[in-house]
Amino acid sequence: MSDLTRKTAAELAELMTSGQASSVEITQAHLDRIAAVDGDVRAFLHVDTEGALAQAAAVDTKRAAGEELGPLAGVPLALKDVLTQEGVPTTAGSKILEGWKPPYDSTVVKRLKAAGIVILGKTNMDEFAMGSSTENSAYGTTHNPWDLGRIPGGSGGGSSAAIAAYEAPLAIGTDTGGSIRQPGAFTGTVGVKPTYGGTSRYGLIALASSLDTPGPCARTTLDAALLHEAIAGWDPMDSTSINQDIPPVVAAARNGDVAGLRIGVVKELGGEGYQAGVEARFHEAVELLTKLGAEVVEVSCPHFEYALPAYYLILPSEASSNLARFDAMRYGLRVGDDGTNSAEKVTSLTREAGFGAEVKRRIILGTHALSSGYYDAYYGQAQKVRTLIARDFAKAYEQVDVLVSPATPTTAFAIGDRIDDPIAMYKNDLCTIPSNLAGNAAASFPCGLADEDNLPVGFHVMAPVMRDDLCYTVGAALEAALAEQWGGVLMTKAPELEVTR
Amino acid sequence: MTAPVADVLEIDDALAQYDPVMGLEVHVELNTKSKMFCGCPTEFGAPPNTHTCPVCLGLPGALPVVNRRGVESAIKIGLALNCEIAEWCRFARKNYFYPDMPKNFQTSQYDEPIAFNGWTEVVVDGETYRIEIERAHMEEDTGKSTHVGGATGRIHGASHSLVDYNRAGIPLIEIVTKTIEVPGEKAAAVARAYVSMLRDLLLALGVSDVRMDQGSLRCDANVSLKPRGSSTLGTRTETKNVNSFRSVERAVTYEITRQAAILSSGGKVVQETRHWHEDTGITTSGREKSDAEDYRYFPEPDLVPVAPSREWVEELRATLPEAPSVRRARLQEEWGFTDLEMRDVINGNALEPIVATVELGVTPAAAKKWWLGELARSANESGQDLDALGVGPAEVAEVQKLVDEGTLNDKLARQVFEGLLAGEGTPAEIIEKRGLALVSDDSALLEAIDRAIAANPDVVEKVNSGKPAAAGALIGAVMKDMRGQADAAKVRQLLNAKLGI
Repeated sequence: MSDLTRKTAAELAELMTSGQASSVEITQAHLDRIAAVDGDVRAFLHVDTEGALAQAAAVDTKRAAGEELGPLAGVPLALKDVLTQEGVPTTAGSKILEGWKPPYDSTVVKRLKAAGIVILGKTNMDEFAMGSSTENSAYGTTHNPWDLGRIPGGSGGGSSAAIAAYEAPLAIGTDTGGSIRQPGAFTGTVGVKPTYGGTSRYGLIALASSLDTPGPCARTTLDAALLHEAIAGWDPMDSTSINQDIPPVVAAARNGDVAGLRIGVVKELGGEGYQAGVEARFHEAVELLTKLGAEVVEVSCPHFEYALPAYYLILPSEASSNLARFDAMRYGLRVGDDGTNSAEKVTSLTREAGFGAEVKRRIILGTHALSSGYYDAYYGQAQKVRTLIARDFAKAYEQVDVLVSPATPTTAFAIGDRIDDPIAMYKNDLCTIPSNLAGNAAASFPCGLADEDNLPVGFHVMAPVMRDDLCYTVGAALEAALAEQWGGVLMTKAPELEVTR
Repeated sequence: MTAPVADVLEIDDALAQYDPVMGLEVHVELNTKSKMFCGCPTEFGAPPNTHTCPVCLGLPGALPVVNRRGVESAIKIGLALNCEIAEWCRFARKNYFYPDMPKNFQTSQYDEPIAFNGWTEVVVDGETYRIEIERAHMEEDTGKSTHVGGATGRIHGASHSLVDYNRAGIPLIEIVTKTIEVPGEKAAAVARAYVSMLRDLLLALGVSDVRMDQGSLRCDANVSLKPRGSSTLGTRTETKNVNSFRSVERAVTYEITRQAAILSSGGKVVQETRHWHEDTGITTSGREKSDAEDYRYFPEPDLVPVAPSREWVEELRATLPEAPSVRRARLQEEWGFTDLEMRDVINGNALEPIVATVELGVTPAAAKKWWLGELARSANESGQDLDALGVGPAEVAEVQKLVDEGTLNDKLARQVFEGLLAGEGTPAEIIEKRGLALVSDDSALLEAIDRAIAANPDVVEKVNSGKPAAAGALIGAVMKDMRGQADAAKVRQLLNAKLGI
């Protein structure tokens, strides 16, 4: 029953509740799909066939016993390799963690398991989530299912590519500056960055602690919302997690009524540097929302133009400290331990061999930015910019309920295109970074294909802290209206991957 | 480069030329049940690496959560040292690489300590010295390295090192004084008195076991010299981990004499950390330390700020034990000691033992007699701290009880203490082994009296001729005959009856 892989998570759940399919069948169908296409897509770093089937069988047994199960019980999922799963190799895309099997589950994984969600395996990513294309992965680049010659976005390119290639209906990503939303936009899928603190970071291998946010990836708004609800909520293991009820994301995704919703188009996120096809689809989507009863105004966020430089000081600063623990002492790669080298030498040799170029670049940047004499000019100044950006948002939210922009300035670019130009690569995240700096909720929803290249365009919605539901409201409205035009969600327009050889 | 091993000046010569300036940093391990940022137990002495978890091992993805009891203890310490308590403060990361530090940064506090601007007092030779407290801040301990294969137990020359992470993450409070400038000849004693006072204070607060032998109270002594009368500070050294009261005094004295020798011969003191050697009583060069040492501190993004409410602070203030100076005055009054007696008690570090002994039912005078007369004297002679003698309030009370019962007199009791100090067993065992019990058998005493009367006819003659006071000589003779093991009052009573006085 290969069409099981074409179903949404909500549909699969329905098939299982009505007894038309078992979790083992569904899981096996996705494992088969992975076996068939992942050689081309390369979304997975590790497929846990045995573990997934065992989880699926356990859910089927519970269902047969009449136990109460969560709405996504038995549905398979692809997990970004940056979250720990007990006993399953976890690398964060880095050689320095090759072979490491964490002795503990991240909170997200704990909640997935508690919800009966079946974890198929770990997906590829830029090393330590540093990148926008997966080209910085130590284990090779993931290919965009829409065009295998292009990157799928990053850092969570593996997760988004996996759902776009129908290898999984759901995936978990983490978003530090756009790592869920930009790959979502590039693969024609839904990617949500919850409010910072709305999902737990415990067990998320840190890139930048004050920015990292785990979140859901899916092919539909409702699926994303169901997954969001399964993983979100306060966690006593994460001091920065917010002790409040989860916003009503599922209800919002089911309702999708934007009548009377005040939408602000961010003036600064558009124009020069933005691909024409991206702008065209974005503005059509805004028109569509207007027709659905939303009140659209233009809003200025003057400090957004400083977001990128501020981000590239704060992120490397935190990362340089977070990555200091990879010292070859307790886990992961160890190079040069020949009995004569000192501990310092072994640490140094290991880091030299185990970290990729982009990781080293950011460690050096961050170390410099935190150095005494430079701290105020770099890290300190960046934190001030961060405050100003948060104020821009706060001021905007006095006028409107949500802000919108394109998710990315361009569509997916060709593999190798920007790998030697860090600044061009960094600019991918122009639209997504401000929300990470302010900690509020944001999401990307598919809004069509650009005329120039026939590649997906993402519609970016930003909502106030703990108003993640508003993102889903807009996403659901847009999705329904566009599906009417297209006869289905955007993903149905994706070209079939050549699976027979 | 480190300075050549310096000769030392005599302390009097050193102080004739230079004024010492001190700064004391004391690390206190709190006695919370769990570690500062995770749930691992804190008991001392568990098998290596058994009190560890992903958090205190710094595993990828693990996050800290602040121990509320740790914060409470920090506030109590701050209040007891008359500090202001921050309304809002943060943890900071202190970044440096060391194999026993799991994250390669220490979670500490930097420019926002929880307690600051305090003061306290110590009494030395009847003089009260005020010591200004710069700050008291929260941090975590590191793991413990054991260097194997070298001659010194230090890393130099070792073939390998073992690391025990049980200690990693144990809550520490670092208490830092402002510079202490007291008359040179008092400096070392003031340093000792300060650490001793802190020990008593922390015990009274119940926040730490304050076992210097187990490292739960560790003192780093900063010492510099300036030419007499000058106001220009000299180069300081930091002698690390001085772990007994007496060592604090000795280490400060040693550094004064060492630095004076360097300066007086035209040399320069090297700014460095120094190791204290308990056995030889000297310090040796550790690592060179410059002010420019860059720990790249920045606010810990994994922890939310600590903002103790004023209500909570006041609640904690209300639980504080009485201030040491107030308590000393109260005890002196209650005990009926003269100023001079009280000064001896304080100088002998015998205040707390006497309090504990009095609580066991011993009169203050008797408690003072044993603690100062026997135990403090012995500690002084053997160069030990009073609490390291192995004789505590319980033993003192037991011996005094035997005196009160008439089993021992003071002279015999002294011999019991001698046996206790020599580790000969319990008081009962020592009395048995040494044959110390008083002879209470009347017939034995009467025989001795008869012998005394027979041997001293002239004294008997005097008594019979109306000089009863002369009987004292007969009592002395009887006591001598009984080798002191008789109750003199009893002898007098029997003798008086015999002579018809």
